Amino acid sequence: MDLVVINLIDGLVTGLLLFLLSSGLTLIFSMMGVLNFAHASFYMLGAYFAYQISLYVGFWPGLIIAPVLVGVLGALVERYGLRRVHQYGHVPELIFTFGLALLIEEIVQFFWGKNIVPFEEPAALQFALFNIGGNAVPAYKVFMIFVAIAIFLGLLYVLTKTRVGMIIQAALSYPKTVEALGHNVPLIFMGVFGVGTALAGVAGVIAGPVLGTFPGMAFLLGSIVFVTIVIGGLGSLFGALVASLLIGWLTTFAATYNFEFASILTAFGMERPEDLSESYLRDLWVLTLPQIGPILPYLLMVLILVVRPYGLFGKRDA
Amino acid sequence: MTQTAQERAHVSAPASGITLSRLMPWIIAILFLLIMPILFGSNSAITIMNQMMITIVFALAYNMLLGQGGMLSFGHAVYMGVGGFMCMHIIRMVEKYGIPLPLPVLPLFGGLFGLGLAMIIGSFSTRKAGTVFAMISLGIGELIAACSVIIVVFFGGEEGISGDRTYGLPFFGIEFLQQKEVYYLLAFWTVLSTILMYLFSRTPVGRMANAVRDNPERAEFLGYSARWVRYFSFCASGFFAGIAGGMFAINYEILTGEQLSLIQSGAILLITFLGGVGLFFGPIIGAIVFTLLQTVLSLQTEIWQLYVGALFVAAVMFFPGGLAGVLMMHVPAIRLGKLHLLIVPYIRTLVPAVLCIIGVAVILEILFHVRHSAPGDNEMTLFWITFDSHNPVAWAIGAVLALGGFWLARMSAPDLRDAWHRANTLDGGAA
Amino acid sequence: MTVPALQLDGLRKSFGKTEIIRGIDLSISAGERHAVIGPNGAGKSTLFNLITGRFPQTSGTIRLHGHDLKGLAPFEINRMGLSRSFQITNIFPKMSVFENVRCSLLWSQGYKYSFWNMVSRSRELTEGAMEILDQINLTSRAELPAGVLSYAEQRALEIGITIAGGADVIMLDEPTAGMSHSETDYIVELIRKVTEDKTLVMVEHDMGVVFGLADRISVLVYGEIIATGRPEDVRGDPKVQEAYLGAALEAEH
Repeated sequence: MDLVVINLIDGLVTGLLLFLLSSGLTLIFSMMGVLNFAHASFYMLGAYFAYQISLYVGFWPGLIIAPVLVGVLGALVERYGLRRVHQYGHVPELIFTFGLALLIEEIVQFFWGKNIVPFEEPAALQFALFNIGGNAVPAYKVFMIFVAIAIFLGLLYVLTKTRVGMIIQAALSYPKTVEALGHNVPLIFMGVFGVGTALAGVAGVIAGPVLGTFPGMAFLLGSIVFVTIVIGGLGSLFGALVASLLIGWLTTFAATYNFEFASILTAFGMERPEDLSESYLRDLWVLTLPQIGPILPYLLMVLILVVRPYGLFGKRDA
Repeated sequence: MTQTAQERAHVSAPASGITLSRLMPWIIAILFLLIMPILFGSNSAITIMNQMMITIVFALAYNMLLGQGGMLSFGHAVYMGVGGFMCMHIIRMVEKYGIPLPLPVLPLFGGLFGLGLAMIIGSFSTRKAGTVFAMISLGIGELIAACSVIIVVFFGGEEGISGDRTYGLPFFGIEFLQQKEVYYLLAFWTVLSTILMYLFSRTPVGRMANAVRDNPERAEFLGYSARWVRYFSFCASGFFAGIAGGMFAINYEILTGEQLSLIQSGAILLITFLGGVGLFFGPIIGAIVFTLLQTVLSLQTEIWQLYVGALFVAAVMFFPGGLAGVLMMHVPAIRLGKLHLLIVPYIRTLVPAVLCIIGVAVILEILFHVRHSAPGDNEMTLFWITFDSHNPVAWAIGAVLALGGFWLARMSAPDLRDAWHRANTLDGGAA
Repeated sequence: MTVPALQLDGLRKSFGKTEIIRGIDLSISAGERHAVIGPNGAGKSTLFNLITGRFPQTSGTIRLHGHDLKGLAPFEINRMGLSRSFQITNIFPKMSVFENVRCSLLWSQGYKYSFWNMVSRSRELTEGAMEILDQINLTSRAELPAGVLSYAEQRALEIGITIAGGADVIMLDEPTAGMSHSETDYIVELIRKVTEDKTLVMVEHDMGVVFGLADRISVLVYGEIIATGRPEDVRGDPKVQEAYLGAALEAEH
């Protein structure tokens, strides 16, 4: 039971982290129709920027400055890159963001090298906040949960209660009409892209110390984020939330329960062969749940897409 | 836009069948392939050429999706990889059970397995084009790549699976011990696959792939199901990707999980796009140029992938037609007999531009050296010159090159634009 | 009595709570040229989209030569001999004009999803495409990418693509929208020429075109047909004058 609670907390951390990325990605997608392949790269930049800042002034200023820098960078990418490619159509846009992801990874390697950099959680949060059945819950994890929830609530407030939020919501569905009403839609696009990438930057800052800050972190998490928003339904913010939490818990639980597939085979009345190396099923006999944990999101995506091509909560034709 | 010249040649000789002028490029290419190992007989040259041919087949197969069918895949390495793995298993079985299967037919089996996998995956992934297709291809790609560490029986885990191509039956006395023999075998499959893929683009379903790419809805109102058209293109592409996998297995005699990864899928996208997706021969150019670039650059500099990445992003932004597109842009000027007008302006703009790029590269290399070399090791070599990387003079030279080149190129760019306009305009004013 | 080319019975379509098509009964016999007119927002394009399978109907039936079209995809309906054009030009912009027409011939000439025939080796395909190009006066443009044609030429190509497949029921959605007078005359002549012996259903705003081409006219207002008949009868119908022609005349002045 205690393990379940611990896993629930860990899964929540992962899920909220995913949501920080997938919410920005969803906003950008539903507004501009482009799936920003480089989104996770901005997450990586957030982590590296915060690391660089922490070398001079410590962790806390980086939590604010790094996402702002990332957001400005994102806005510039939209203004001078994406807007130019937009005229060629959606597929070149997607290719552009893919190229950007490759380029950012190379740039990061250029400045910070191929190895993991020592980016650590602030000393003030390096203690166990409480214990559940002998398992310590680090204060930093709780901090991550609070940051993510605060940002989520802030986003919700801006989107539903402010004038800017109203315009963005309207532009999500009817960009042309909003433009006809005299709003500067290109500017809104740039702003949304900037904010979306800044959210990814925040995720990078708070995840960097836990998940490690290294050049491969973007592609590692990036694929999962895409899977998340495809499962949730492209363009659905609520779907992104549900899918993020679902995947967070799914992968966390799968990683802890050492369930062996051999028990299924035994249940079907099969006998474990004496010499495994000769059996074609030997991989199944030694397979455990933690082993397939990382591929569960992909499996889930394929299954969902076969049954519901638009994802769990998707309505729009992408 | 870039498709027009190809199509134009097509219309002017409708139904006339095969003519010598249309066969000429093919004959030249085949002759070229035949004499290359005689001109460049060293083992390293042949290794590069073998790599090139495998990439050509894979890039052409990939372009059946991207260029001709408008489907962007982030997981196409899977079809090549699975084809290759199956071929590797066949090589091992031939060795183990003495099956009388000559090596040269192996790529066909790779193709069939690629086709089989594509038939399964395509049945649901081709339902939609665009973003949904791209995301499914990514998910499937990652899924199968991740399986390579789990299903050890098939993928061989971390170390992959390897075999020995020479254990099979000799094929008319050839045992494929030498690289050159392998070269001619791969050349045969390259030519055959290229011809077949070209012919595919001329069939009704190949033509409709273009139509569905441009306007899927309209195609539906012409009696074609967009989904089925995409499915057929997808299967054909999987088949040829599998052939490339078979060629890979023969050439390298080992396959690892890396062959299935997103890195491979991304690389083929990059190669195809750099070469040009709008023209049939674009990916061939891409494969040749990229393989050369990779070989040369990776020997010279540690940060070659940074340059390739920057080149790719720049290409997407400024030359969406790729190299082939840039070449085809000059066809109207050639037709008007005015290409010579461009030579001087090109030199005056491109030379400073190249200097600018060299300057930027110098700065990047020095910066990289300063950041990542061992402490105290200040000596570096660039363009055959050895110098102290902390010396401001080196930095200054780089900066002068970069800024000066940029300024000069900018100054002469309007002239180039004028010359371009003149070279593409008929005499007498009318365009 | 022969089976009508197109027959609609109690056709309804709702988007959410809004009912756009509110019960249409219409019968169009083979060989007839039928125009559907009505004010903006009357549901004309929706009606087209229902008949051609782009949207599913909410209730009612659509019959093409007596066959129920319920649940069929656009490509299946097309194969049964119904072809349509679009209000917004809908061609293959990156392909050549010739290629545009040739692609629209492929299915009707029985090529299906063939990957063992070379399209350029078929004399019927090439000649058929050239014939269509000749009919729509675009022979000289054959090699150009369709995207660079003038607007009127693109509209002509759109009609060419629509008729190429040899469908016997042709549906044209505002074929002269956004055209100058001379361009309109050109398109009307073209339509007259290419729809000979075929059933034509068209939506059109230009009354000159409608009264010049149509054998019968239906007036669609707020999702219902308020009058159907020969042009002169419809023109004289007071209900029509009130609901539509009056408004149209007012708008013109």
